[in-house]
Amino acid sequence: MSSYEARFKVWRGDVKGGGLEDFTVEVNDGEVVLDIIHRLQATQAPDLAVRWNCKAGKCGSCSAEINGRPRLLCMTRMSVFTHEETITVTPLRAFPVVRDLVTDVGFNYAKARQVPAFVPPAGLGPGEYRMQQEDVDRSQEFRKCIECFLCQDTCHVVRDHEENKPAFAGPRFLMRVAELDMHPLDAAADTGLDRKRTAQDEHGLGYCNITKCCTEVCPEGIKITDNALIPLKERAVDRKYDPLVWLGSKIRRRDSS
Amino acid sequence: MSVVDRQEWDVVVVGAGGAGLRAAIEARERGARTAVICKSLFGKAHTVMAEGGIAAAMGNVNSGDNWQVHFRDTMRGGKFLNQWRMAELHAKEAPDRVWELETWGALFDRTKDGRISQRNFGGHEYPRLAHVGDRTGLELIRTLQQKIVSLQQEDMKETGSYESRLKVYQECTVTRVLKDGDRVSGAFCYERESGRFFVLEAPSVVIATGGIGKSFKVTSNSWEYTGDGHALALLAGAPLLNMEFVQFHPTGMVWPPSVKGILVTESVRGDGGVLRNSDGKRFMFDYIPDVFKEKYAQSEEEGDRWYEDPDHNRRPPELLPRDEVARAINSEVKEGRGSPHGGVFLDVSTRMPAEVIRRRLPSMYHQFKELADVDITAEAMEVGPTCHYVMGGIAVESDSAAARGVPGLFAAGEVAGGMHGSNRLGGNSLSDLLVFGRRAGLHAAGYAADLARDRPPVDDIQIDTAAAEALRPFSAEGPEPGAQSGRPPENPYTLHQELQQTMNDLVGIIRREAEMEQALEKLAELRVRARRAGVEGHRQFNPGWHLALDLRNMLLVSECVARAALERTESRGGHTREDHPAMERTWRRANLLCQLTDPTGGLAATDPVHGQIDLSRETTEPIRPDLLALFEKEELVKYLAEEELYE
Amino acid sequence: MSTGTEPHPTPGGVHTGTRAAITAPHLRTDRWWLAPAVTAAGLLAFVVYSTWRAFADTNYYSAPYVSPFYSPCLAERCRTMHAGPNADLFGSWWGISPAIIILIFPLGFRLTCYYYRKAYYRGFWASPPACAVAEPHKKYTGETRFPLILQNVHRYFFYAAIVVAGILTYDTVLSFRDEHYRWGHMGLGTLVFLLNITLIWAYTLSCHSCRHIVGGKLKHFSKHPVRYRMWQWVGKLNARHMLLAWASLISVALADFYVYLVASGAFDDPRFF
Repeated sequence: MSSYEARFKVWRGDVKGGGLEDFTVEVNDGEVVLDIIHRLQATQAPDLAVRWNCKAGKCGSCSAEINGRPRLLCMTRMSVFTHEETITVTPLRAFPVVRDLVTDVGFNYAKARQVPAFVPPAGLGPGEYRMQQEDVDRSQEFRKCIECFLCQDTCHVVRDHEENKPAFAGPRFLMRVAELDMHPLDAAADTGLDRKRTAQDEHGLGYCNITKCCTEVCPEGIKITDNALIPLKERAVDRKYDPLVWLGSKIRRRDSS
Repeated sequence: MSVVDRQEWDVVVVGAGGAGLRAAIEARERGARTAVICKSLFGKAHTVMAEGGIAAAMGNVNSGDNWQVHFRDTMRGGKFLNQWRMAELHAKEAPDRVWELETWGALFDRTKDGRISQRNFGGHEYPRLAHVGDRTGLELIRTLQQKIVSLQQEDMKETGSYESRLKVYQECTVTRVLKDGDRVSGAFCYERESGRFFVLEAPSVVIATGGIGKSFKVTSNSWEYTGDGHALALLAGAPLLNMEFVQFHPTGMVWPPSVKGILVTESVRGDGGVLRNSDGKRFMFDYIPDVFKEKYAQSEEEGDRWYEDPDHNRRPPELLPRDEVARAINSEVKEGRGSPHGGVFLDVSTRMPAEVIRRRLPSMYHQFKELADVDITAEAMEVGPTCHYVMGGIAVESDSAAARGVPGLFAAGEVAGGMHGSNRLGGNSLSDLLVFGRRAGLHAAGYAADLARDRPPVDDIQIDTAAAEALRPFSAEGPEPGAQSGRPPENPYTLHQELQQTMNDLVGIIRREAEMEQALEKLAELRVRARRAGVEGHRQFNPGWHLALDLRNMLLVSECVARAALERTESRGGHTREDHPAMERTWRRANLLCQLTDPTGGLAATDPVHGQIDLSRETTEPIRPDLLALFEKEELVKYLAEEELYE
Repeated sequence: MSTGTEPHPTPGGVHTGTRAAITAPHLRTDRWWLAPAVTAAGLLAFVVYSTWRAFADTNYYSAPYVSPFYSPCLAERCRTMHAGPNADLFGSWWGISPAIIILIFPLGFRLTCYYYRKAYYRGFWASPPACAVAEPHKKYTGETRFPLILQNVHRYFFYAAIVVAGILTYDTVLSFRDEHYRWGHMGLGTLVFLLNITLIWAYTLSCHSCRHIVGGKLKHFSKHPVRYRMWQWVGKLNARHMLLAWASLISVALADFYVYLVASGAFDDPRFF
């Protein structure tokens, strides 16, 4: 097994300030960046704060930025870097920092609460749900989301414009709206909730300019833009900008089934 | 000193995995004001790692399935050591728990007629696991998380606050369950982010903290699995049951080193993956134990036919219960027929077209591609056993999930013992979380309601003691008064690594008396050193400090495992003794209980012989006759002692 | 070791007070600027070329080929193209190049296309220039207000694009004639037209609005098996929307340039039969 000494710059500090700190640290075959951060903790910086959990790309805890790109620390193999390269690791830069590599991701939890939950269909009890696989495929893709919030971090709407945070749910939660709107048994419409319309009116879909960074950073490979955001935009158009569709739905008095 | 923030709740749930969230939902729906407290962010619990599915006898794929069959499979898997009442409740209630998830928005894979699809899994007679690809755990946790959010949205409408009746304290740790006399009165906690202490006052505390895997070196478990709940219960005076039973999942990744232990889901085998040694032989056919001879295929041809026609063929031995497979892999490797990195080969590439593999096992494909640079559609995986699950746990009442001996304390999920006996079947853990999570929430809420006018007060002295205990690692730098001066404090990371190595090597998958005695001595030494574990820096998000605190729990739990394993002189399920290789019918009725030697909570005991843990033995209640009647006599003879059969 | 504590840089965006104090607006070490630069250059080249050709009002017809920029030709001043796409809707008052009339539609289609939007927002607007690279704008409202809210009309341009593609298909059929309008012939130009029309259709049908209209808007695919099938086909094309956008952009310019070469006499169309 070969090993070498790699140069790292790791951001250390808290909300009061901080900076990039230099480290030289051993790297072995097959390791990922999170292993190196752990080695730093165990050998050089025992109080280096980092959030992590499953270490297998399934929980979405260890989100950070490596060489300026939002990534999961556990899914970034050291073999993608050259031995000479200095690897810079910083916390997510769209959210308030807590300490070192840990950020306050409360924004995302607040946004999650603003998306009205699944509305179970009236008259169907547990065990009586019948759904075809092709009808659940789309929403299932979005439910692969591990909530690492890398898409929320990279999206320039909030990353570069703090002031947009109140109005914009971010890719993750617009995708959640799409997921529910495509859920074959969601009965929101029966309760007077129009997810297509609220996507734009309440969750800020219009801020999205489909520049696809959310899709680029998604560690689950979810086609957020093509399969969730753009279809949602088209659904909003049905409601708000397409008189033909609007008229049709008035005449036939039914939701597009 | 005790200017610690206090908040009043009816039910406090420790842990936000499947069991904890299900308990919280139930408690809140029963009207209890409920707080959930978890070490990670909300929605990151280890439950997300569960891949295969939720076992529930819905009979959607094979209508022959029902709760009785599920019960039988569970008891067989657990080698009849299970608390039979728990296994019964579990088998009966699991379908309802799965269906209710759908009403909360879960989207399982479907059958042709639109029902929930179910897949085959080791030890289950019929296709039984409701699943979503190989990310069922994620679906479960996300569904429960979103149900909690929806309850909070209701509360927001009614009370103007999302957190008036149900609040999640994320990234917080409980270090002590507080008591008023015998009864639970609350929990002492710290916020990981700030290091701030606080107390949640509540008559009911539900422990749902999961397992203990982080005490072992090779494990599929995340950092959270430090046995916190087990230790909290012990320290609160509750006993732990059958802690010797630790499940080693047969297929963990073995390379690269950084991911060693990470799970390779059993569905790989359920869907057709086979195990081969370095000679290319499907060795599992050589390892079918007598008790399973009639149930498993005797030839590769028959095993292969089973995937297509399960009604007329027996299943391949790759799908034996986990303990059998793990032991088989272990011996193949020991005898020099292992793979280059010390595992065996798990192959799907020659069994299914690449496209099918990618569709059926997307996250496995992803995991190997990303982490090991192995394309599982083109080459075999290398796998080996990894510490996965602890069957033992807090001794609870079967129906109410109440911890024995401590009124107000409840436990559900992996942290509770008994349900799985000596070995858990795949898929039974997610259903366990839901069934007993709900029961714990239900009874915790009921208990709290009964005490509404008589809430147990929280004792200031206990708060001060708990705070002092939690702060000790910061003052460990200097020499203790009267101690050998000048020694630097111990590094908690080093201690942790030594503990993991000890447990892995000496109380691992194959156990020997002398090694376990050696382990107990090493644990005693570590215990002494852990008292001097010191940390640098301050209390704000300090992982070194967190680990120093978790060490107490891991050491307590490890001692329970080692001591119980030493005591049980037989091999059964997740406990294999090289010096006692046979399963003894006389041991079936024996439960081993661990309790704290010094119930006052002082943890000074450093004598390896006595240690901190007292072990006692008790005889289980006989299995109810109508449940026994579900089995053939010939089968029962293999497990039950003579007198049990004729009682 | 430590570089010390940095003071907070100017507030805003990634420099907002509570975020990690990092002076650099981004820390990317790869050539992140390459993609937006290439995109901008490519689009700019097309704009320059098409502006020249659209206003040129000459060399757009050489029997049997008509430049896609000038088809259909809707003014009186159009050259007569035998059985070709002439339709004198605008009469004689239209005094400038007739290409301008019809180009509005494909232009609008591409301008509001979900791929091109990404391309020019990134390439020209730097909003953002690349992922996790700070954008230079103080304020951002995206497509929430005028004029960018008009991007929502994309589907109308899609309907128009279908018509235009239909006419270009007709032009391609006409290209199976020779210069004397006799059927059953083929030249290099026919191949160029065939390639172009294939790409135009592929691009048009791969449109996100199309995907929505044929099936994406449905809640239950299982109740509409035919539309589900169509949605899947369009979905496969849609995954290559970017590729098709570029390929068809180049091919349409190429087809026009071919007609220009032949019409101006710079090149003789090789006839196959």
